[in-house]
Amino acid sequence: MKKILELFIITLFSQTLTLNVLAGSDGTIEINNKVKKIEQSSEVKDCFETVNRGIFAFNQGLDKIFFKPIAKGYRYLPKPIRSGTSNALNNLSNVVTIPNNILQGQFKDAGINTLRFSINTTLGIAGIFDVASYYGLNKLDKEDYGQTLGTWGVKEGCYFVLPVLGPTTVRDTLGSLVNFSGGDAWYNVTISNDTRYFQNSDYYYSRLTAGVDFRAKNLEAFESLEKSSMDLYASVRSLYLQDRIRKINNSSEITETMNDDDWEEIDTQ
Amino acid sequence: MKKSKILIFFFTIIFFSNSLSAKEPSKLIEEIVNEASIILSSSDPVESKIIKLNNIAENNVDIDGISMYTLGNYRKVLNEDEKIKYKKLFKSYFLKSFSSRLVDYSDPKITVVSSNKVNEKYTIVNTILEETSKNPEIKIDWRIYTKNPERPLIRDLIVEGLSLARTQKEEFKSIIQNNGGDINYLFKSLEEFIIK
Repeated sequence: MKKILELFIITLFSQTLTLNVLAGSDGTIEINNKVKKIEQSSEVKDCFETVNRGIFAFNQGLDKIFFKPIAKGYRYLPKPIRSGTSNALNNLSNVVTIPNNILQGQFKDAGINTLRFSINTTLGIAGIFDVASYYGLNKLDKEDYGQTLGTWGVKEGCYFVLPVLGPTTVRDTLGSLVNFSGGDAWYNVTISNDTRYFQNSDYYYSRLTAGVDFRAKNLEAFESLEKSSMDLYASVRSLYLQDRIRKINNSSEITETMNDDDWEEIDTQ
Repeated sequence: MKKSKILIFFFTIIFFSNSLSAKEPSKLIEEIVNEASIILSSSDPVESKIIKLNNIAENNVDIDGISMYTLGNYRKVLNEDEKIKYKKLFKSYFLKSFSSRLVDYSDPKITVVSSNKVNEKYTIVNTILEETSKNPEIKIDWRIYTKNPERPLIRDLIVEGLSLARTQKEEFKSIIQNNGGDINYLFKSLEEFIIK
């Protein structure tokens, strides 16, 4: 029972990172074009919307009393500390990104990320300093198993909201579960295997810090969204699903990821 | 011979006058950003800033076009009176939402990076909102409607690949669907937001 609860908590924490947004990469392969067409035409079903809205309201309350105040406090830390933390977490995420680069056929990106990880972990002192960028190896998009499944043509399945950490789909949750079945080297060395160097708590702290770092970077954006939305739940659902499509397509260009039919019909000039 | 020379001269004049009056979408964004920056960094009272920002939006954003887009398929079932009512409500909603979002920024620094002409009707202008001590660098793409090249209009803002118009459309769709498909609930929600 304890193990199941642990797995559940970890799944939730891993979900917070799925909304994270990074700069573009050029390592896409042809298979993505097929996915684009599938993604554009499909509409994701919001199964159990009433329950989802309830969980969303619960998450909002939790955010108000827990994550938001911590994120605000985190903002008071000097910028070098925040940047160093963010860099170290990004560096750690490479242990999931690299296998997914390979699974998606992005061999060039896999090579770049492996070099970045090696340089930043050693010269960059556990990833605190992004030394690799100094050598021209710029940061690429993060990849996860949910994105890989999407690239392989697996549809999203139902959209739903998890307690504590928010929006997801069946596909993205399945992807997260791969992390706990040996797909995440960081999880393997901290929790799965009993090593002398790391403890279970290292994994939980890293996940929690990643969540707080993400929340701190998006304080104003979330506030603005809350202020201007008439149905915040629907807005967040739309943003989450758009973000996942963009990440699976590995494209920051809206013209490649969106169906423009609706715009074409509207003629105001 | 003389006649054809006159014709060539006439068409040359038309061609050049058209190219001179056509406004580059990237220039439009630069102008708007500069104008907004001056307003936001001024010491004017908030109410005055909001009025000025709304003027920029009214002149440069295709509010009617966005209003129809955000209605999705429901726009096909509206009668003319409902369309007029909706457009009016949407305009008030849009301006309130737009200015209340922007007025929180003291002096955003936005740089035009590139511009990509998608077709005769659209150009995407890529910009970057510079990093501040609080926020990371943010990519903002502007979808510009260029059917009339002399008066390009903004139709959408795409923040880090996420379209605001699409998000709005899905929000409206959700409101209508969750109220038995009755468009009047959307009107009611818009009215409530405007007077809030």
